[in-house]
Amino acid sequence: MKTFKIGGIHPNDMKLSAGSTIREMAVPAEVKIPVSQHIGAPAQAVVAVGDTVKVGQLIAQATGFVSANIHSSVSGKVKKIEEFVDANGYKKMGIIIATEGDEWLESIDRTDAIRREVTMEPAEIIKRIQEMGIVGMGGATFPAHVKLSVPPGKKCETLIINAVECEPYLTSDHRLMLEHGEEVLIGVKILMHALGVAKAYVGIENNKPDAIDNLKRLAASFEGIEVVPLKLRYPQGGEKQLIDAITGRQVPSGKLPIDVGAVVQNVGTVFAIYEAVQKNKPLIERIVCVTGKPLREPSNFMVRIGTPVTALIDAAGGMPEDCGKVIGGGPMMGRPFTRLDVPVVKGTSGITLMSIEDSKRREASNCIRCAKCVNVCPMGLEPYLMSTLAKLGRYDDLREAHVMDCIECGCCIFTCPSNRPILDYVRAGKAKVGAQLRAEAAAHKAAAEAAKAKEAEGK
Amino acid sequence: MNKLTIAPSPHVHSGDSVRRNMFGVAIALVPALATSLWFFGLDALAVILTSVVACVAVEYLIQKFVLKVPTTISDGSAIVTGLILAFNLPPALPLWIVVVGAVFAIGVCKMTFGGLGQNIVNPAIGGRVFLLMSFPAQMTTWTVPGVDATTGATPLGLMKEGLKSGKSVSEIIGLPETSDLFFGGIGGSLGEVSALAILIGLAFLLIARIITWHIPVAVLGSMAALQGVFYVASPESFASPLFTLLTGGAMLGAVFMATDYVTSPMSGKGMVIYGCGIGVLTVLIRDFGAYPEGMSFAILLMNLVTPLINRFCKPKRFGEIAK
Amino acid sequence: MDFSFIMITVAALAVTGLVAAVILYFVSQKFKVFEDPRIGEVESVLPGANCGGCGFPGCHGMACALVAADDLGSLSCPVGGQAVMAQVATILGKEAVAAAPKVAVVRCNGTCEARPKTLEYDGAKSCAILAANFGGETNCSYGCLGCGDCVGACQFGAIRMNATTGLPEVDDEKCVACGACVKACPKSIIELRNKGPKSRRLFVSCVNKDKGAVAMKACKNACIGCGKCVKECQFDAIKVENNVAYIDFMKCRLCRKCSAVCPTHAIHETNFPPRPAASPDVKAAEAAAPAQTANA
Repeated sequence: MKTFKIGGIHPNDMKLSAGSTIREMAVPAEVKIPVSQHIGAPAQAVVAVGDTVKVGQLIAQATGFVSANIHSSVSGKVKKIEEFVDANGYKKMGIIIATEGDEWLESIDRTDAIRREVTMEPAEIIKRIQEMGIVGMGGATFPAHVKLSVPPGKKCETLIINAVECEPYLTSDHRLMLEHGEEVLIGVKILMHALGVAKAYVGIENNKPDAIDNLKRLAASFEGIEVVPLKLRYPQGGEKQLIDAITGRQVPSGKLPIDVGAVVQNVGTVFAIYEAVQKNKPLIERIVCVTGKPLREPSNFMVRIGTPVTALIDAAGGMPEDCGKVIGGGPMMGRPFTRLDVPVVKGTSGITLMSIEDSKRREASNCIRCAKCVNVCPMGLEPYLMSTLAKLGRYDDLREAHVMDCIECGCCIFTCPSNRPILDYVRAGKAKVGAQLRAEAAAHKAAAEAAKAKEAEGK
Repeated sequence: MNKLTIAPSPHVHSGDSVRRNMFGVAIALVPALATSLWFFGLDALAVILTSVVACVAVEYLIQKFVLKVPTTISDGSAIVTGLILAFNLPPALPLWIVVVGAVFAIGVCKMTFGGLGQNIVNPAIGGRVFLLMSFPAQMTTWTVPGVDATTGATPLGLMKEGLKSGKSVSEIIGLPETSDLFFGGIGGSLGEVSALAILIGLAFLLIARIITWHIPVAVLGSMAALQGVFYVASPESFASPLFTLLTGGAMLGAVFMATDYVTSPMSGKGMVIYGCGIGVLTVLIRDFGAYPEGMSFAILLMNLVTPLINRFCKPKRFGEIAK
Repeated sequence: MDFSFIMITVAALAVTGLVAAVILYFVSQKFKVFEDPRIGEVESVLPGANCGGCGFPGCHGMACALVAADDLGSLSCPVGGQAVMAQVATILGKEAVAAAPKVAVVRCNGTCEARPKTLEYDGAKSCAILAANFGGETNCSYGCLGCGDCVGACQFGAIRMNATTGLPEVDDEKCVACGACVKACPKSIIELRNKGPKSRRLFVSCVNKDKGAVAMKACKNACIGCGKCVKECQFDAIKVENNVAYIDFMKCRLCRKCSAVCPTHAIHETNFPPRPAASPDVKAAEAAAPAQTANA
């Protein structure tokens, strides 16, 4: 069975909510919708306080190519447009809407019927995806249309669908493949058409045999779509790792998947694309997996964007007594919530509760140079070294150590017998080096432009 | 509601710990411990106990009264150092010398550099070499196990003396059978009497994922290869590769001493280079040097080269473009 | 022992040494780099702490800059202070410009008591890492994080964490105002302010930009931006921007009227003699007076 070549770990996969069907979450009385739910420039609000909005109506417009539109997830009145504290404890601009009824835009097809015919042209498809504010649903929230717009001079040969869900606990993609398998495959077909590729692979880890079977059965009637079972191993869902696992090609350091002819999309994104293209439905709701050992009923919900996290936890059996940490996302790469009155956003793939006992890291001791972090690093880096360099502020050496290749998967901390916060420092160092690189690039660009201007003047 | 915890990801851990690794090594040493007790009896027990207790006590006292930091003896690293030091000593060594070795191993080789993880040479080997230099007579008085234990030379010592006096390998009298070398019952340090016991320990270390195969295979492989070349060239003046592997602590060194986390390289490639360095140096010291036995010195030398190996042997990066 | 053997050894060593010396001499002559001799002189009077407080990489960098500079006004060694700058000026034959001595000031008074923790941070103990991931452990996302990056940055042992308050404290005597802590603080809480006569200073010990009610809820000692101090100040030294007051130390005359009226005691006084014994009453009267006028 296929898998990626370097490093990796085997965390206990803990898929507690794998058997729970997706439940529709009640529309909340009020939604808070941040204008920045994606990587890139924040969107600009296009509604004013007091405006009446319908479900699916554009409320904030993208402010550039790498940015995404935001649509209202409820119908009602815009109550406030102001800064509120987000999940990280910092203030972010957002739109607060008080719900009144549930009135959708007429253009949205709300029927259960599956629309199989793909009628649009590739350019139209990409435009529609951009309009509907689709972003990467695996958690990275990179605007989908950017990835699909292949730069001139490059060619996409393979489309890879990331249905790995290698994060422990999370099951939203798993349930999606079981309950909406056909829609997902139609979404894949749409993407193949948009990119002009003949072959698509759906990578699924072998801890989800029912999803593999379901998609394999359905894929028989779709030409060019192959379901690839993968050996259970974290971080297989990392874009570069997945391409390596499926095609055997490694994206070179500092390059993008398109440089090896691949485009990767998450299976949740593909479903959203199906809805956007076939049903004209913007990204206003998503599947959120609410799970964790202390939780009474680990569940999967279809949730409107902007619903408070507390509502989800209540619907999954309420806040348990011994909850010590609430993570937005899975336990390997998710970030804990600093407060629970914050909304679900486009990138909220899951909410994982940890018991008080599991919430605390154990005390760190000296590095014993066991090289386990080196062995598990899926990018073939030296985490122990980068951590020390970052701590000492030796950023030039850190750059030499290829810190920018780090994908922040957390394998190093997971495996460290001394419980050292390796990644904490590496991440901080990576941010510093990244800022340095951007500053250098900007200076370089400015110098080139100045030289050009001088040349023009000379002429 | 409880105060929620915040921390950067990841939020789960493998459960591995320093203690688990150290006690894993200690468990892997049990077969060798049992054989040494079987062959050398109470003498061995006294040396081992003294060494372990002394190592732990020295670490505790230094941390408590000199450095005034929290003690770390519970992580088990001092116990492992004590065990490995003892396994490198002759069974009849006076116990006060064992204590001197422990003080040097922990006090000088480990704690002066900042304790666990900071030392540049393996403390047990440092202690052993210090004793070999300081007390050459006592350190080379070997007990040959048997019903009435006598003192005598180690197989490697016999070989060295024989070759020195101009005899050929086949003329040297008193060399043990290969099966004795493998199952035990030869003269030598506590831990080197049985290759089998060491190999059982190696199997455990590999299965428990405490070490990787690189270093033991590289050490033993390079030793066998180089000695093999010499042996084929001149069987009468060089010992056979098998004899080389089974004597003089080659097994103990390759499995338990060269694989010390702290003083061995970090990348697979580096480990292989380091292991080969140890193997080659050991063979050269044994065949051409003054000492009959060269494992400790070879490891000590390669320990010092480790930072350099780490500097130049980087793991293979993802997406690295071959130059 | 054979005497000639010793002689040969000594002679061999001596010859080797001589040859090496000659080679070294010629190499150093060939690869000599000219350096203004004054740089060495200036560097010798600089403190040699290499703290970077002057903005140059170490004292050598500073010495080069000093020699190259036309006027020393823009350069100053925070560690050596006026005395060292005067010496430098003599060497270079330039004029020393007097600069008021400064000191680092921590502008947060969110003690454990006044600003209760609502969260427990469990990552690497570093303010920079905490700030990059989360707003902080309390409801104030502007205040001190308490991981002590400033303490680690200080090369002069002038900052230490107070275990009771959880906040850093600056030792005026040891602080040389090199600014390392200012750079290290991810929340920009530490500021270099004029040391003031007899080390007397007045400053707003808060940087919270939240609205008054929100700030107050997060921390009892927060500046709520009420502006009472602005009205009280006769020297136009105080401004309220983004819901937080700031005292301009160039204009402040240390009259202490502002600190008397601050409802949350966010304005701090350092090294002042105690107010007259009657001060509580005076304070009460002062606080009551404007209220009455407002009512009237």
